Amino acid sequence: MSTFLQTLFVGLRLGSIYALVALGYTMVYGIIRLINFAHGDFIMVGGYTMIFTIPVMISLGLPGWVSVLLAILVCALVGMSTELIAYRPVRKKGTSMTALITAIAVSLLLENLAQAIPQIGPNPKVASKIFAAGGVRIADVTLDWTTMLTIFISIVVMVVLYQFTQKTKIGRAMRCVSEDKSASILMGINVNRTIVTTFAIGSGLAAIAALMYIAQYPKVYTTMGSMLGLKAFVAAVLGGIGIIPGAMLGGFVIGLVESFTTSYVSSSMADAFVFLILIIVLIIKPAGILGKNMGEKV
Amino acid sequence: MIKNRTLQGYILNTLVIAVLLIVFSFVKEAFGKAGDFKLIIAPSIWQCCYLIILAASLNMTLGFLGQLSLGHCGFMAIGAYAAALISLAAERAGVFSDKSGPAFILVLVGCILIAGVLAAIVGLLVGIPALRLKGDYLAIITLGFGMIIVNIINNLPFAGQEGLALGSASASLYKNGLGFGTALKVTYIWVALAVTMISVAMMFMYVRSKYGRAIRAIRDDEIAASASGINTAFYKVFTFAYSAFFAGVAGALYACSNATLSTASFAFANGGILNSTFVVVMVVLGGMGSLTGSIVAAIIMFIVNYQIKNGVWVKLLPLWLQNIFAFPMLVYAVILIIVIMFRPKGIFGIYELSLRNFFSDMKRQRQNRLAQKQESKEALNNE
Repeated sequence: MSTFLQTLFVGLRLGSIYALVALGYTMVYGIIRLINFAHGDFIMVGGYTMIFTIPVMISLGLPGWVSVLLAILVCALVGMSTELIAYRPVRKKGTSMTALITAIAVSLLLENLAQAIPQIGPNPKVASKIFAAGGVRIADVTLDWTTMLTIFISIVVMVVLYQFTQKTKIGRAMRCVSEDKSASILMGINVNRTIVTTFAIGSGLAAIAALMYIAQYPKVYTTMGSMLGLKAFVAAVLGGIGIIPGAMLGGFVIGLVESFTTSYVSSSMADAFVFLILIIVLIIKPAGILGKNMGEKV
Repeated sequence: MIKNRTLQGYILNTLVIAVLLIVFSFVKEAFGKAGDFKLIIAPSIWQCCYLIILAASLNMTLGFLGQLSLGHCGFMAIGAYAAALISLAAERAGVFSDKSGPAFILVLVGCILIAGVLAAIVGLLVGIPALRLKGDYLAIITLGFGMIIVNIINNLPFAGQEGLALGSASASLYKNGLGFGTALKVTYIWVALAVTMISVAMMFMYVRSKYGRAIRAIRDDEIAASASGINTAFYKVFTFAYSAFFAGVAGALYACSNATLSTASFAFANGGILNSTFVVVMVVLGGMGSLTGSIVAAIIMFIVNYQIKNGVWVKLLPLWLQNIFAFPMLVYAVILIIVIMFRPKGIFGIYELSLRNFFSDMKRQRQNRLAQKQESKEALNNE
């Protein structure tokens, strides 16, 4: 029983991190139909920003997690410039395939650029403790504050984001652009600005995910985002890409699958199981769990 | 004179290849037994050979079929491990000893073929479900399959982390199996050349055949293709398996030219020369839809990779540039972004370099360019 509970908590915690990252993927994919492979590396950018700013914050007498605000800013800037410098020119000229390859290239560029910067380098850096230790004991299992905070924050972010896309003007513009780009131009929506805003919000979410990730696994390295990002993308596809509650659901499913596989089957097969779930879902229901099947127009 | 233009092409190509091989053998003699040839040129040729097959085979799915597959190295891993394990088993059964004689060559050919067939079977199994999806979903699902394949190999008791990658078994691939040392690489260099030539020729023939026309139709418009009576599902899966076959063959050559095998080298993205992303870079650089482009790009990328790592001129560069060159993937990423931005169709586009048509193609291109210039001038005058 205690193993089960422990695994459940680990899965929920992992799942909420995946969900946060998947939200960013799903927003960007929904609006420009592009798998932003670089999204995982925005987590890395956020992670390193925090590594370098946490000591500054602490020396200023502020709590360490305040540096996440700075990380959100940096990530949003990186995300917006990626869109402006790399994706937009390619999207204008090429096909969706060239855009996808560009995304892979940007991801490689960010990872390796970080390694080439001497202050960062290829060796992992260890982050200082962000949240206070301790927690609640439930049936021989400690549910620590970090876990609870992670799950809580990700749910809050999702609810806020959902309300944002439903209620606000920018949110409605986003939904409009993702549905029909040319029609939204006719409605007087500035499509390019909306896309840049989407990138900024999505990348900012990556920074929050980075905070949660570091709070749990206090190690930052240049390729930390690639596998995390891939699994988060799997989560987004699983829940139905472009749908915000879908990303959340997919994230929790992936997190639970991973933690249960790790503790009950084999830790080295966890990644294989995650992808197996994706393959099965895509074959049975290609639009994802919450997605709607749409007919193809000739 | 021979009137059939296809036959003309075949005869011309065969003649040129024969001349090149003769020149090559003279060069080999000129180098003598020791020195640069053995240590640098022969291993480079081996590496070039499997890179060429790999790039050309991915081009079949990416360029001609128009489906982005990010798990191509998974098939290569299957080929490499199959070839290595079969050769080890053959050695243990006493089929050959000290890597010489007709029996060893037979085992070698058998290994390469079985590696290809196994990869093709897995390609078929992967392709049937995966190719129901399109575009981005296909990319992510092939990526997943690539990872699953590598994961499974890692967990096989006889091939995984304790099997071939580490420990004594890796040394035994080198000693007993088909891992070649530098001297043997020189002796068996004809195997690499022959396999590469046959593979590329087979891929060319496929692309020029009815099948090739069908898959190009699918690439250009899948719905129109199926409306004109092309069985799109069959052609897609068949091409996927066909390209997986050659990835397996490339894997077998990889096993030959490397003393150790480790699944890390077949992962989606790592620092080494060999990963699915790197193959995509080669194909995009050469031109999606041009096999000759892939060959040229594979050679260019090999030379770039080699020079970045070993070139003497790197030492003369400023320090910050040297630091960047310590991370070759960074250079490839920049190359990829530049190519996609400024020449999205790659070096060759969909043009196939052809010896027979070389001069007439050049002439036509010049005429086209002149006509374009004329047109733009007239347009200016009209304004």
